[in-house]
Amino acid sequence: MKTIFRLVIGSLFLWINNVNCQSEMVYIKGGTYTPLYGRDSLQVSISDFKIDVYPVTNQEYLEFVKEHPKWKRSKILSLFADKSYLINWKSDTELGDNQNLKAPITNISWFAANDCCQSQGKRLPTIDEWEYVAMANEKMPDARRLENYNQYILSWYEKPKTFNNEIGSSFKNYWNVWDLHGLVWEWTSDFNSVLISGESRKDVDNDSNLFCGSAAIGATDLMNYAAFMRYAIRGSVKAKYTMKNLGFRCVKSIENNN
Amino acid sequence: MKLIKHLLTIFLFIVIFSCKNDTTTYQCPMKCEVEKVYHHEGSCPICKMDLKPITSISGKTISDEISEESIFNLTSNWNTEEGEIIQLKELKGKTLVMVMIYTSCKAACPRLVADMRNIEKQIPEENLKNVQFILVSIDPETDTPTRLKAFAKENFMDGQQWTFLQGSVNDVREFANVLAVKYKEISPLDFSHSNIISVFNQEGELVHQQEGLGVDNKETVLKIIKTSNLKH
Repeated sequence: MKTIFRLVIGSLFLWINNVNCQSEMVYIKGGTYTPLYGRDSLQVSISDFKIDVYPVTNQEYLEFVKEHPKWKRSKILSLFADKSYLINWKSDTELGDNQNLKAPITNISWFAANDCCQSQGKRLPTIDEWEYVAMANEKMPDARRLENYNQYILSWYEKPKTFNNEIGSSFKNYWNVWDLHGLVWEWTSDFNSVLISGESRKDVDNDSNLFCGSAAIGATDLMNYAAFMRYAIRGSVKAKYTMKNLGFRCVKSIENNN
Repeated sequence: MKLIKHLLTIFLFIVIFSCKNDTTTYQCPMKCEVEKVYHHEGSCPICKMDLKPITSISGKTISDEISEESIFNLTSNWNTEEGEIIQLKELKGKTLVMVMIYTSCKAACPRLVADMRNIEKQIPEENLKNVQFILVSIDPETDTPTRLKAFAKENFMDGQQWTFLQGSVNDVREFANVLAVKYKEISPLDFSHSNIISVFNQEGELVHQQEGLGVDNKETVLKIIKTSNLKH
């Protein structure tokens, strides 16, 4: 019985993998959490949602581009991506020599990632959704206070070229989601809500408790230096930027009927 | 035959000279006085360099092509305060002055809106018909067309030159990303956001951004006048 079950799952997985940009998703039970910059009063509640198990791969993105020519490298509008968009591809529909089909797609802009998710009826995760899932380690839903959790992430930041590694080569966390840390950074839908950047510096009530020196001490989670770096990156990129270590995965809301 | 030729030459001369009389404006090449414009040749009073003519955009026709940088490439649909559904490219041919606000805002938005009205006041009547002032809501769930219309009336912004837009959550994010505007929902009905007024030319290309509240809007006004001088 178990074998049949496995076979079915296996073939399902294969089939899913062949469909454009469609990857396997898992269910995330919502809840409340305190974001990096929050205080106890600033708990954020997350509704239930589904998230891609893996980051979107080169292969999946290649399929997406074939079906949506507007995202081909030669067709991309400069409004939607900077010059390094898919820069290492050989052509519009060929990966570069050193690029692995199963490695996460990178060098794509927010616009491209957003559209790829939309085209499958999904969307990019919000920062809060992403952080909520990503604060788990293998065993615990919130491992942010564990030293080895933070060390793992920081040591990844030091490793070069992890974006060339295949998906599923880092670790599977509490929610059965792979590679949130260890391969690439990921786009979020509202990355532009981190109110610190050239544009916003002088004219918004920015998250000063997030970045200034005193802020580090005020932040809820002194250990989570890794998260500071993620927020800093989000605050500094623009939607048309493409980076070789920035990829994405999609999520889907769940309609709650109860 | 010869007579016709002569007449033609004379005619041509007239045309050429009358063109020359057209409003050519000059500017310091180093922009010592920022955007100051002269109506005669001469040298810059600060760096002493010869003033150079600004290529007049009058007479330039609007092409059908949409350039890569143009916001008219966005295909999202928007509800206006009048209950119409439009795409941004329908605004082609006008200078667009855009800002992102939300109507339940108590702090920055009233000042941003005041800034917009201030700018509008400084645009000459004949330019105004080539300019559209657009306020996009960052809170599309609250700001329905009805609400936007009420807001327009309250703030005396119900004229032809004002347009209020409501889009989907995703389209608003996308649009904010084009404008490099950042915003965040702090609680329902309350957002923090960057205060940027953006000017787009008739082709939908970003030509100027003014950041901050109550800042000097001289440059913004100049840019709007410059880009809206297309038709006389």
